[in-house]
Amino acid sequence: MGSHSVFGTMVGHARIAGAALVLALVSVPASAQVDLNGGWQSLQHEDWVERAPGSDPVDYTGLALSDAGRARALSYSYAQYSLLERQCIYYTPQYVIWGPQGLRIWSESDPVRGIVLAWKISSAVDRDVVTIWMDGRPHPSENAFYPFSGFTTGHWEGNVLVAHTSHIKAGFLRRNGISSSDRTTADWRIFRHGDYLTIMVIVSDPIYLAEPDVVTRSWALDPKATLATTAAPCVPVSELPRVEVVGAVPHHLPGKNPDVNEMTERYRIPREAVLGYQETLYPEYRKKLNAETFITQDRCKRYCCGWVALGDAGSSAPGLTCITNGTNQPNSTPLGTPFIPPPPR
Amino acid sequence: MMTAVAVSVMLGTRLDAQGRAGGQGAPATTPPPTAQASAPIDLTGNWVAVISEDWRWRMITPARGDYASIPMTAEGMKLADTWDPSRDEAAGEQCRSYGAPGLMRGPIRLRITWLDASTLTVETDYGMQTRLFHFGNWRAPDGPPTWQGNSVAKWETPAAPNAPKTGSLTVTTDHLRPGYLRKNGVPYGASARLTEFWDMATEQNGNRWIVITSIVHDPTYLLVPFTTSLQFKKEGDNSKWDPTPCSARW
Repeated sequence: MGSHSVFGTMVGHARIAGAALVLALVSVPASAQVDLNGGWQSLQHEDWVERAPGSDPVDYTGLALSDAGRARALSYSYAQYSLLERQCIYYTPQYVIWGPQGLRIWSESDPVRGIVLAWKISSAVDRDVVTIWMDGRPHPSENAFYPFSGFTTGHWEGNVLVAHTSHIKAGFLRRNGISSSDRTTADWRIFRHGDYLTIMVIVSDPIYLAEPDVVTRSWALDPKATLATTAAPCVPVSELPRVEVVGAVPHHLPGKNPDVNEMTERYRIPREAVLGYQETLYPEYRKKLNAETFITQDRCKRYCCGWVALGDAGSSAPGLTCITNGTNQPNSTPLGTPFIPPPPR
Repeated sequence: MMTAVAVSVMLGTRLDAQGRAGGQGAPATTPPPTAQASAPIDLTGNWVAVISEDWRWRMITPARGDYASIPMTAEGMKLADTWDPSRDEAAGEQCRSYGAPGLMRGPIRLRITWLDASTLTVETDYGMQTRLFHFGNWRAPDGPPTWQGNSVAKWETPAAPNAPKTGSLTVTTDHLRPGYLRKNGVPYGASARLTEFWDMATEQNGNRWIVITSIVHDPTYLLVPFTTSLQFKKEGDNSKWDPTPCSARW
């Protein structure tokens, strides 16, 4: 091989490298996509009570439960957490939008083909990583393993990431015992607009829902976020002696849930809304709430200011005094610090 | 040159067209398509809010002082603590919670139509309000601020070549008459600005949704922009359209 041919080969390689560089720099995909990588701060400007301190035991507002779903939810007792074997049960993947956590989203690439194999959404202490496979692989057999993370595939429709999750292990839809069956599927849309990310999840469950639960949430890009991709493993701990008979699963028998009237008594909300009847999701239901059936309370008594007064960095309002928890007492007790009631006089 | 061609191809632009523009023999300039003609998504039709979030704060009127989820300043809270629906009624201000920043979170139905080729109309039965989204070089008229303010809209479409016809709508609204973000008197002020991103989603079963990411900026009464997202489901007809006037209480 002469020097000329060697030079020619080098020029050829340089052209190829140059073309590759151009392609890499321009980086415009054949079909539209957006970059979802980064840390996304949770904006808890909706459903803060549900997502932070936790909703009341029987608060099914905003849901369309089936009769089976309602009966199952009413049988739930928080005392189930006294059972070590139930303390580390994960939430299902769609809990991304119900949890209070920020998200880290990253892509994983195929080093050979140079394509994005999957988008991943970080886990939380109570939820597994969500992996959205982008390489066209099929969903597994219906008889395959059902993990808490389910199995998710996705594709781009313009600038929107569209995904579908199947194979979700039976778990909870919300924290207060509303169940999610293993027939549940979830359809996702992930929208990015500048520094804002909005995720829509449509949860279908033919067993426990009368119609799909459709929820959207927003996050803000946070370059300073140092969110871990995975959470520390859950370790069951027996914090209190069991009050139940060993071997029994705490529950409420039909018609015996002691909290079923709590929302109605506290907020004067009709029972059909508290118990998640389908009709209550739509505007025409509001017409039923006339002066005879609903009277606005005079004054907020619990969870009045939400996260604003909790003293989180960057979120506290100077001079604010609020009822931030369920005690009916004005305070600024940070979330997570037990409220100690005053001694009896 | 090869590099320029490669970049051009990747960006989906046309060098020849750019070269001819303004040159001799250039074809007569064709006007750009109207906002209606260039719409990447079809928002028209009848839509219903599905109240699956914040039910207790959207479907019913919460108690005075119930500010859960809203990042209010102390000044905003001080003002909200004085909320009195009787006073609003007496002052003819019963539409305070029907201004654009609060309206869209209500239990509403939307009817969306094109008023003309560059103006999208969004009507609500709840409070019988009308929002006008102006595209192009629209100039806001002089006049006092209004409940629905001045809204400027533009389509956002993917930049990639051969991308499917899809996209979203960005709407910026200002010149708002001060009102309420929540029925129980959570205020926004005269300097408030509303930014909305309107997206669409179509399920495999054909159900269609509008998803709106709503960001309210108000340095007077909000610590940080109040950011929420809303979903509206497409309805086949307007049989459930039920206009009701503003109410300070419901």
